[in-house]
Parts: sequence; C-alpha cells; structure tokens
Amino acid sequence: MMKKDVHETYAGMVWRRFKRHRAGFACLILLLAIAAAAVLAPVLAPFDPDQINPAFSQAPGGPYLLGTDQMGRDVFSRLLYGTRVSLTVGVLSTLLATSIGVVLGLTAGYFGGWADMVIMRVTDMIMSFPYIMLILVAGVIFRPGMWMIILILGFIDWPGVARLVRGEVLSLREKDFIHSAEIAGMSRRYILFSEILPNCFAPILIFATGVMAISILDEASLSFLGMGIQPPQASLGNMLNGAQSISVLTGMPWLWVAPGVMIILLVVCTNFVGDALRDAMDPNTSW
Amino acid sequence: MQDSHILLSVRDLTKHYPAEGNGFFHRNNEFIHAVDHVSFDLREGETLGLVGESGCGKSTTGRLVVGMEKPDGGSILYEGQELAGMSRKELSSIRTLLQMIFQDSYQSLNPRKRVLDILADPMVFHGIVSRADAPRRVGELLQLVGLPADAADRYPHEFSGGQRQRISIARALSLNPRLIVCDEPVSALDVSIQAQILNLMKDLQDRLGVAYLFIAHGLGAVHYISDRIAVMYLGEIVELGEGQEVFRHPLHPYAQALIGAVPAADPDRRPDDASILKGEAGDAVHVGEGCRFAARCPFAADQCLREHPVLTDFGNGHLAACWRAARGHECEPGI
Amino acid sequence: MAKYIAKRLLYGLITLLGITIIDFILMNLVGNPIDILASNPKVSEGALKVRAHELGLDRPAWQQYFIWIGQILHGNFGFSYKTYQPVSQMILSHLFPTLILMGTALAVSMVIAVVFGIYSAVHVHTKRDYSIVFLAFLGQSVPGFFLALVLIYFFSVRLGWLPSSGMRNLNDPGDGVQLRYLILPATVLALSEAGNNIRYIRSAMLEILNQDYLRTVKGKGVGRRILIYRHALRNALIPIVTVFGMEIPGLFGGSVILEQIFSWPGLGLMTMNAILQRDYPVIMATCLLSAVVVLLANIVTDILYAVVDPTVKLGKQF
Repeated sequence: MMKKDVHETYAGMVWRRFKRHRAGFACLILLLAIAAAAVLAPVLAPFDPDQINPAFSQAPGGPYLLGTDQMGRDVFSRLLYGTRVSLTVGVLSTLLATSIGVVLGLTAGYFGGWADMVIMRVTDMIMSFPYIMLILVAGVIFRPGMWMIILILGFIDWPGVARLVRGEVLSLREKDFIHSAEIAGMSRRYILFSEILPNCFAPILIFATGVMAISILDEASLSFLGMGIQPPQASLGNMLNGAQSISVLTGMPWLWVAPGVMIILLVVCTNFVGDALRDAMDPNTSW
Repeated sequence: MQDSHILLSVRDLTKHYPAEGNGFFHRNNEFIHAVDHVSFDLREGETLGLVGESGCGKSTTGRLVVGMEKPDGGSILYEGQELAGMSRKELSSIRTLLQMIFQDSYQSLNPRKRVLDILADPMVFHGIVSRADAPRRVGELLQLVGLPADAADRYPHEFSGGQRQRISIARALSLNPRLIVCDEPVSALDVSIQAQILNLMKDLQDRLGVAYLFIAHGLGAVHYISDRIAVMYLGEIVELGEGQEVFRHPLHPYAQALIGAVPAADPDRRPDDASILKGEAGDAVHVGEGCRFAARCPFAADQCLREHPVLTDFGNGHLAACWRAARGHECEPGI
Repeated sequence: MAKYIAKRLLYGLITLLGITIIDFILMNLVGNPIDILASNPKVSEGALKVRAHELGLDRPAWQQYFIWIGQILHGNFGFSYKTYQPVSQMILSHLFPTLILMGTALAVSMVIAVVFGIYSAVHVHTKRDYSIVFLAFLGQSVPGFFLALVLIYFFSVRLGWLPSSGMRNLNDPGDGVQLRYLILPATVLALSEAGNNIRYIRSAMLEILNQDYLRTVKGKGVGRRILIYRHALRNALIPIVTVFGMEIPGLFGGSVILEQIFSWPGLGLMTMNAILQRDYPVIMATCLLSAVVVLLANIVTDILYAVVDPTVKLGKQF
C-alpha cells in the first residue's frame, strides 16, 4: 500500500541526494579536513605562530614547510592559525547574520503591516550602502579585532537572509497546511515556529553557505587592507598584506601563494557544498 | 432529516474583493462580488453539496464559514453563536468544532512533519489527549480512515494522493468536529480513488454524525454524497433543494445546464443542454440590475434583464431564483 | 503600473532619508572632528572653539543633521579636514577615473555573464556547460585582491606587458596611452563580478527554456536557433536587467580595494585614504554618494523589471 517499502527521514533523504553531487561531497570532505586541521592547529603546528625563528625570509624547506616570513615566523604554522581565524569569523558571523535575518524575516513575513514596512525599508537602506564601505567605516569606528569583525559582518549581512525568509513565509502562508493549522486553532507561536520555520530551513541553510563564503572573503579583504585582524595575530587576509610590496610579490611567493590558495579553497568548497545542498533539498527535483 | 437540529445557519453572507486594475489613476471602486447575500442552513449530520463553475464563490463561502476570511456582511450562526466578526481568540474555542479538508492533499500536510505529529499536535494543543496518550489515539484515527498504524512514522511524501487525503480526513476528525468543510476533496484524485474516499466519508458520517459542507465543481461526487444541493452562480445561490429533487427536476436554467453536462450515468440523458453554457462565465465585477445568468440564458426575457430574481420556495424546500421558473415553465432537462 | 512606479519612488525616498540618517550617525560615531583637530598641538583652545562654532558642532545633533542636509541640497559637502578642499570638488576630480574603471568593468562583465550564461544554459549538462559553471564558481570564490596580485605577478612582473600602477588623473594631458593602465584593474573587477552573474543568467535562462510555451513553439518545428534568439532572449531581458542592478554595489566595493592595489586615482582610492586619515566629511560624502547611486540603480532595475515583465506581481516583492 505504501509507495516505498523502506521509508527514510527527511535528513536521510537529503544526505543520500547530497552524496550524489560528487563535487559537493568532495568539497565537504575537504572542508571538514581543513576545519579539523584548523581546530587542531596547536597540535599540528610545528612552531608557535608568533615565534620569531632565526631564519628570516627563508624559502620553503627544512623545518619550515612553507618557509618563513620577514620576521622569521613559520608560514605553515601561521597558515593553520590564520585558517582557524578565517573559519571562526566565517562560521560565527554567518550564525549571527542568519539569526538576525531569520527573526526579522519571520516577523516581517508573518505579521506584515508596519513591522514588515519598517524591516523592509531598513534592509533596503543597509543593502544600498556598498558593503565594503560599510565594513571599512565600521572598522574605523570600532577597534579592529576578531570579535569585532564577527559582529560587524554579522550585523551587515542579515538583510539578505531577512528578505529570503520573508519571501518564504509569504509563500508558505498561502499553503493549505498553514490554513489548516489556523483552522485547528493553533497558536501563532506554534504556526510560526513549528509549521513555518521548519519549512524555511532548507533555503536558509543554502543561503547561509553563500553568506559564509562572502564572510570569509570579506574578512580576508578587510585584513588585507589592514583594517581587519591585526598583527601579530595571523589571518589569511593579513598574511597577504605583505604582498602589496613588489619585492615580496616577486621575491617571496611562498608568503602569499599559500594563504591565497587557502582562501580560494575555503570559499570554493563552501560554495560547492551550498550548490550540492541546493540540489539535495530542492523539492522540485525528483525524490 | 427535516426536523433535525440546525447546526449552521448562514444568512446574507457577503464577501467583496477589490477588482484587479484598481489603479492609482483610475480609482473606480469596482468590486468582485465573490459571495453575495448567500443564505443556507446546514443540519446536524447532513451533507450539503455546493456546486458551480470555478469562480462562482463556492470556495470563498467555505473559507468564510471556517473563518479563514472575514465576511463583509451577513451572519454565520453556529449553534446560535455569531461567528462573523469574532476575534481570533474567541474563534479558537469554536474552531475545533469546524474543520476543513482541502483539495490539494500535498499542500495541506506539512512536508517536514511525520504523520504522528501532524495528527497529534492539534489534539495535544487543545487538551483532547495527553502527549503520552497521543500515539494511541493517532493509531485509532489512522485505523478509522483505513491506514495502517505504521503510517504514523512516515512523512506525507511517502503516501499516494488518496492516502494523503485519508490523513487529511483523520486530521479533521481528530478534534471531534461537528462540521467539516470539504473544499473539492476528491477532484485531484483518480476516479477509482474518488469513490473510495467518498465511501469513507459517507461511512464516517454514519458512524460519527459529522456534517459536511461539500464543495465541488464536479456534480458526480456531489450527487453521490449530498443530502441537499445548493447551486451557485457568480456569487449567488440560484437553486437549493433535496439532492434527488434538484437532480430530477432542476428549476434554474443554469442548474439544468450543469446537470445536462454531467457525464451521464444514465445513457438516455443526452448532454445537449450543456450547449446552454456557451459564452463567457460572466464576470462578477459588472453585475447589473437583472438576473446574473441572463446574458447566457437561452430563455432570458425582458424581466430577467431588468429585475433581480430572488430565491423562491417551489415546494418541499426546493428553492430557485429564476423568473421563468416563477412563471411556471418547469423544464425537463434533455427532453 | 503608474501606481507601482509611484509606490517604488515613495519607498525610494523613505530609504534615501534613512540612508542619510545612517550616514550621519555612522560619521558621528567615527569621531568628533574637533577631537581630531585637537590632536594637533599647533591649534589653540580658542581656535578650536571658533572652529567648532563654524562647523555647527556646538549645536544638538538633530540640528546638525538638518544643517548638513540643507548644505547637501545646495551641493555643499563641506571641506576636507586634510586638504581643506571642498569635498564636492575632490569628488568631481576623482570621479572620472572611477567611472572609466567601473563602466569598463560593468560592460565587460555583462557581456561575459550574458554570453557565457546563455551558452551554458543552451548546452546544459554538457562538458562545456560544466566547465563554464566551474569557472564561474572559481571567479566567484577568488578574492579580487588575490586575483589582482596574481595578474600583477604574471603580466607586470614576469612578462612586463602591462603596468600595475602609474595611472594619473585622466584630466592630465601628456600621457597619451592611458588604456594599458586600465586593462588589469578592469579585468579583475569584471571577472569578480561575472562569476556570480554567469550562474544567475544560466539558471534564469534554463527556467525560460523549460517553459511550456517554448516547448509548444518547438513542437511547431521552429528552428532551434531562431527559437532561442527570438523567444527566449526577449524573456532573458528580465534576468539581464536584474544582473545589471546587482552589479552596481559590487562595483563600488570592488573599486575601493582595487584602486588601492593599482594606485588608480579614483573615488575608491580617495575614500580609502579618507578612511585611513579619518577625514570625516569625505567619507560621509562618498558613502552617501555611493548609497544613492545603488538606490537609484535598484529603483531603475525594479521599474525596468516591471516594464519588461508585465506579469510580475507588483507590490508583492517589497
């Protein structure tokens, strides 16, 4: 009588379909490996990232896997710690932006009226400012540092999420299962959090991967310009900072190639994971 | 049946929507008369069929009855209590007694929830069962609608359309309602499945005494399940009566046309009269003084264009709004 | 339609008002210009007071806001704290290089996005399609500044073909061959914008190609090429218009960073310097200016959108 003999949970189905996207799956594995290496940085790093070694500006080789910088710090160790900072910034600012966006998007979409009007105009305003400029100005106002960057990115990134969630809520509100919950006399809270929110989960998760990719890029740009993570703390962006000088750019490629490639890897992988999630969670493709 | 208790009494129910194209520069205050002075009674344990073409206001009527939309006028009396104009909070105590089944069973079940939660949450919320006791009650409900008990652990997409509609029925029944508004509950299903669902609904009515307001554009299902039938045209009820009576002796030319258009179970009945229904289904914006059906009616006379006919009793509770019928031309369809 | 445009303009006006308020608040958070002046030991206490009064800084914040708005309406953006030039004049003198850079990048990236997006959609699920999607992904994921470094490394340092900097103000006569300075920054800016947009156009195009009426036309035996060009492209105008609107903010952001790297004497470089020096009137003006341009671009996009696609549900999308 049932269409299928073996039934699976929603998460199980998403996972099965996710694995079919080979590039996305490989990227997920790679991303997890990088994250593990970053988390284990204190164990894996051969040197203290801030430790000044006797070898200055040394090319890769010997104990220095990726060479040393002009101050004699081990590039490989700094790369691990920098990745740790970049991932932390990416994940936490995405969480913050998504939380703010979800709450405001749900409010705007479900309650409508004035709340909707105000929230949407604020998203318009924030989205009108070129993003990097807002971040730079915020960077001037507040003392730069990792936690400040996370807060700044989180508070600037939410409008996209809010718009997405609002759109989802508006379309879900017209669905009959919401009507039937209303007819059953369920509370607004129940409808909002138990009926609507779980159905926004897939688009939010997909969108969040994009936000995370952008956050990682933004932290890198900001630190590259010297407005983000401040030395001596390593970040992928500020490791590239030195490459603004022609002598580093031409003479010491080991200083900037590795962090640059790492940023690209993180962002490409995050984007591919998002793409695979989109394929896996899209209700329009066959089950 | 005649003497039984009146559960729902709808009087002059009216709902207007602003017409499309009400623009910035042409504010013309035009309205779509979606539901216009609709009145009917629904008795306990009875099925009232509401039929008409799409856009005639039958679904809006159903949505107004369950409180999904606010009426612009008229009253909806449930057990003598006025529902129209009740606040959300006041409604919630009565809501459990008024439930609804939708056409699209896929859209009407939350795709992220297991059947157990879909059925249990409203019951627990209203204190009908405790959370601990809910699975047992859900099992009973599933059995009642002819689904195996292990259906509780599955998600809606794992079922066929007919099975999902059974879940919808179980959900509607879970709150022990006395009236269920059924908005085209079988029209999305295969014909063979349609009969199963209709039989289930009839069976449940016999066992539980629930009343149905059965909305459909297909007359077949309505004829099969309804005790009484109301025919709607452009927001108005144009004919109302016992099911057999309306089917055998339709008074309104529109009802005659509809019945003529039914793919006949009776091969002798020729579908010729369907030809009456040529032309546009009129629009519910520019409703004139006269009969709304006049533009498409082959029998339209002067009076029909000038004066609006009112629902009149032609005996045995068979009502129609037609000047021709009032003049005594009862028509045998298809003869 | 008229109602929609009127509503859109009204919302735009509200947003504009909000933008000026945000801009004002942000700049007040940056710091009191008097404190910045006071850090200069040569300026006396009395001179500070006079200066504060001149700038209206002894008034309540809301009054300062209205004074500021009033000045802007007269085209007066104040004076730079560093160069003592009128900000409007500084903006004008840096505007042209930025317009050249952004305009070139916009044109190039639109062409890339449209051509590759449509090509990819028409050849969906082929090797060519996958390669384009992969490259688009890569373009989206490579930070603009890193791409700039790589291109400088190869084309300026190794091959010596193109200059990495040295662009002077275009108003400056003398150096005839300016184009070669433009190539690297414009390429980087265009490539970072194009990645996302290729994918956007591709998926919008796929949706159009899958629509029923196109199948019907196909059924009638209209040639594939004619079909794509005549029917699909007209509908593809909608995503193209959208992409146009989406690119504007990215161009502003990108030019701030790239002008820094390539020493391009435009608004971005000026802004970056102003930010580093906390030159408050200059930051305030460029932020406001770019926000207004983005806002206008959004409004124009929305209206074009409604004109191109009359079936769009007006009003629902805000």
